[in-house]
Amino acid sequence: MELQHQTQRILLPAKGSFILLTLALALLFNLLPWRNLVGVPDLTAAVLAFWCIHQPRRVGIGIAWTLGLLLDVGNGALLGQHAFSYAVLAFLALVVHRRIHWFPLWQQALHLLLLLLLTQLLTLTIRLAAGAGFPGWNYFAGSFVCAALWPALSFLLLLPQRQDEKPDANRSI
Amino acid sequence: MEYQPPPFFNRGPAPLVRLIFFVSLAILLMVLDARFRYAESVRQVVALAAYPIQRIAMAPVDLFHGVADYFGSTAALREENDALRTRQLRAAPDLLRLEALKEENVQLRRLLDAQERLPSKSVFAEILYAGRDPFSRRVVIDKGSQSGILPGQPVIDDVGVIGQVTRVYLLMSEVTLLSDKNQAIPLQVQRNGLRAVAYGGAEGGMLDLRFMAANADIRNGDILVTSGIDGTYPPGLPVATVSRIERDAADAFAKITLAPTAGTDRYRQVLVLSAEAKPAPPVEAEPPVPKPSRSKRSRKRE
Repeated sequence: MELQHQTQRILLPAKGSFILLTLALALLFNLLPWRNLVGVPDLTAAVLAFWCIHQPRRVGIGIAWTLGLLLDVGNGALLGQHAFSYAVLAFLALVVHRRIHWFPLWQQALHLLLLLLLTQLLTLTIRLAAGAGFPGWNYFAGSFVCAALWPALSFLLLLPQRQDEKPDANRSI
Repeated sequence: MEYQPPPFFNRGPAPLVRLIFFVSLAILLMVLDARFRYAESVRQVVALAAYPIQRIAMAPVDLFHGVADYFGSTAALREENDALRTRQLRAAPDLLRLEALKEENVQLRRLLDAQERLPSKSVFAEILYAGRDPFSRRVVIDKGSQSGILPGQPVIDDVGVIGQVTRVYLLMSEVTLLSDKNQAIPLQVQRNGLRAVAYGGAEGGMLDLRFMAANADIRNGDILVTSGIDGTYPPGLPVATVSRIERDAADAFAKITLAPTAGTDRYRQVLVLSAEAKPAPPVEAEPPVPKPSRSKRSRKRE
């Protein structure tokens, strides 16, 4: 298959307030009372990975760590567990951020799936080492749902940065 | 003059350095939290910061409940009202006799020189949400240290024990359910007074009754109540019913599975009991010895 890169439009710079808002909304989503539903996506991880890939200079490991700590306390988990896995996720996203733009969205989703599964595996290892029981294979279902949502998520999060379709004839670029 | 890169290219420390810094910070926190419990103050501060976000996250659920209540028809309400009234009426004779029995019990205990039981106080609370941590079974309730909740207090609903308060914030507390892997509760078979200890962690939210001899007198459907010998749970609260017994000749102990009586999925209202207060020991008692019960309770809180 030939690599097809669609002519990408030049995007407007992302607003800091928009990044913050989406991260806060994702955090809210994670803190919703989900009870024991199977396959609830870890939206915070996905949005975090998105911004690490698209705005690597503004969202990075420090923000990931802070978000993880908030989630740890909110969920009553082991303190530092999400902070750890999100920091690793952010790092991995930063590593792939130059490469991933060359792939179409569904292949980007595969990249993301790998990252998410890896972070989940890390969390699992930590908790098993700390003496918890194995939660069952359903535990990994959230990552697959999350990866499936990636195209929609990228579309939504890039919307405010798109310029209008009509090219301006007098534009310099 | 030394060459400086323009600020455009200046990206601060390398990602790997940052990763190592933050990961070691996280590992430090985890070790402190899991092994030494020094991280509680950090947790308290972050919890206060996270509280508004959590309340906002609860808003859609509250709204849903509010709307459902609003549209609940008067007929349904009247029906529920009638049912509750019948239940209350049916319970009334027992309740009236209970007062007399309580008096009698106090008198008999006095005659026998046994320790008096003090009435325990309780705090009404609502379940805010179930924690999303798939490794532990916890719920968060809406009362905290501001309402006088202390770690270790038992939590019940209208049919039985659901668990124990394990962590207290200013405005919320975490309740570890009986089905959590690290939770244990001393029980007594209601039928014959046989004592045992149940542990959480069995599949499907069930409890394990461990270390019961294979020939122990226990049957399917037996009701187990708290025995109260741990000093944490008041005696006589229903906890679980026996759902399955496997007696294997190769094993010295029977494998007994219990189904908890109380369910956190049905109602949101719970009652936090204060741990049973013991009257002060008589003055002429021997000099105080270090109490073993404290370390036991703190181990249970994990």
